[in-house]
Amino acid sequence: MSISKENAEAYWKENLKIIFSYLAVWFVVSYGCGILFIEQLNAIPFFGFQLGFWFAQQGSIFVFCGLIVAYAVSMNKLDEKYDVHE
Amino acid sequence: MGTQDILNFVFIGASFALYIGIAIWAKAGSTKEFYVAGGGVPPIANGMATAADWMSAASFISLAGIISFIGRDGAAYLMGWTGGYVMLAMLLAPYLRKFGKFTVPDFVGDRYYSNFARVIAVICTIIISFTYVAGQMRGVGIVFSRFLHVDINTGVVLGMAIVFFYAVLGGMKGITYTQVAQYCVLILAFTIPALFLSFQITGHILPQTGLGATLDSGQSILATVDQLSTDLGFKEYTSGNKSTLDMFFLTAALMCGTAGLPHVIVRFFTVPRVKDARSSAGWALMFIAILYTAVPGVAAFGKYNLIKTVNGADGNGTAYTEMPEWFKNWETAGLIGWNDYNGDGKVQYAAGKAFTGKGKPAFDGENRNADGSRVVTNLVSEPKAVGDAQYANEVYVDRDIMVLANPEIAQLPGWVIALVAAGAVAAALSTAAGLLLVISTAISHDLMKKTINPNISDKQELMYARLAAIVAICVAGYFGINPPGFVAIVVALAFGLAASSFFPVIIMGIFSKRMNKEGAVAGMIVGISTTMAYIIYFKFMGGTKDELFMGISPEGFGTVGMILNFITAFIVSSMTPPPPEEIQHIVEDIRIPRGAGEAHAH
Repeated sequence: MSISKENAEAYWKENLKIIFSYLAVWFVVSYGCGILFIEQLNAIPFFGFQLGFWFAQQGSIFVFCGLIVAYAVSMNKLDEKYDVHE
Repeated sequence: MGTQDILNFVFIGASFALYIGIAIWAKAGSTKEFYVAGGGVPPIANGMATAADWMSAASFISLAGIISFIGRDGAAYLMGWTGGYVMLAMLLAPYLRKFGKFTVPDFVGDRYYSNFARVIAVICTIIISFTYVAGQMRGVGIVFSRFLHVDINTGVVLGMAIVFFYAVLGGMKGITYTQVAQYCVLILAFTIPALFLSFQITGHILPQTGLGATLDSGQSILATVDQLSTDLGFKEYTSGNKSTLDMFFLTAALMCGTAGLPHVIVRFFTVPRVKDARSSAGWALMFIAILYTAVPGVAAFGKYNLIKTVNGADGNGTAYTEMPEWFKNWETAGLIGWNDYNGDGKVQYAAGKAFTGKGKPAFDGENRNADGSRVVTNLVSEPKAVGDAQYANEVYVDRDIMVLANPEIAQLPGWVIALVAAGAVAAALSTAAGLLLVISTAISHDLMKKTINPNISDKQELMYARLAAIVAICVAGYFGINPPGFVAIVVALAFGLAASSFFPVIIMGIFSKRMNKEGAVAGMIVGISTTMAYIIYFKFMGGTKDELFMGISPEGFGTVGMILNFITAFIVSSMTPPPPEEIQHIVEDIRIPRGAGEAHAH
């Protein structure tokens, strides 16, 4: 393997940062908007839905899809930056 | 035999011919092809195969019905069964792909340098997969019996024969490419009726936006369903009944369970590179989301349609003789039952059980009343109106109706009904095949090759894999014909076990270099035993609602088991020596994508 120990550690740290920022969004839309704060959000109308209900039954799934795509793109960039891509 | 039966035969028959053709084309020649399809599946194809593998007969037939009946709380299933893919993509799939072995027990055994850990993982794999597959084989039988009018057992045997063909012959390679075809069949079969239904009720083509639509009455569809529900004594559709804590734990258990299910994880071993594992998780979720985001619409429209049709425009009931054809067809099939308690000749639907026991009708053979309806024997003695309802409930409606009867409700042509039949069969078969493969791999690879006799050749191992697949199909078929009690608790058990065993162990194996075998083994044992004990106590030994731990339902207890697993593992590992140097190198290595190459055995 061509990558140095320092680089490997720096790569891993950045990787963790990316994962945690995306997982924070994941947590907020599903557990936050869809469960914990659903009643508060339901006071807000959203294209014929109550916003909390929409997040719980549809919105969170759309966000999940977007998150994985964004994550895959970010990681491809990170792999190139540290020259660890295949 | 009617024209519809012939159409059903043609569609299901043609789909089978396609699957068998693919199986012959994709015959596996080595263990690597049998276990991970040679490690060369393109990410989009793997995404489709994962989606088909993931979406079972329950997703296809029952999910919309469940949500239709429980309303907002159904979100736990919608989010739980999709959100797990975010964790898979970010926390598991890329690293397991880099690790580059064939199975989940492979990872557990190697990372924790312990055959004991491997054997526990094999046992968990087999329990999880068999619980799951028994329900699938039953599902295949039920679908056959409904659409082809054969006996359920004949249906199970037919399903076994088809799965046998492509799982035993083609292994993962055969399964992957048949699953791609099965995905296409099932997604068309689900979306075509859903689009028509949405358009007819809301004027929106997409059920996703149709759910937010405003009806001609000036009220939104959701507000209308809320109103209809409360008028009939049901709970409001858009409010929740479960406690916030229970919803939280249930969703978490389903998400972590999804990310820890062996038959899902193993799909990510089949792609060529680490970056393909990430992108194929994205594809998989998008393919799944096409169905899952349409489901809430189908559920609400189904409820609206059902109430409007049964109770009529004036809300006082529709005369049985005026009922549309689909109502009578599905009554004949046993999914709808009616008894005219108030003797007005009209069918009335409201909250409350129309029949004794679980509320399902017990039909008096083929005997019919004067109006042509079927005679039901388990009548309630004093039917009462519930809540705000004006009348007592007279109807039993099986939740599966919401999807199965859609094409007829939307008055779509016969070929759409036949397509739904083929789609339901595809959904059940694709999941069954994926599970059977995981079982056979666990036996031939993890037990035979890695634990009992490491000296067997690749050819012998492949033969064992095929033999194990045959045995697994027979056992699954037996459970399909004689369904054991545990089929009903399949969700709780399979997801609870995956969440409380594999999920934490794999996460710790990747993200902690310090985690050692003592910690992992102790964590797994504590996680599984508490979860199993809780589920068995509440599902089999008659545990009551007041005894629930903090009000958490058995389905959501996997989350508690998972937390206990993490805590135990960290405490035990901090008191025992760190893992050997070479294990720490393995962990460092799986964190870097370069050099994944192909999945290898050694």
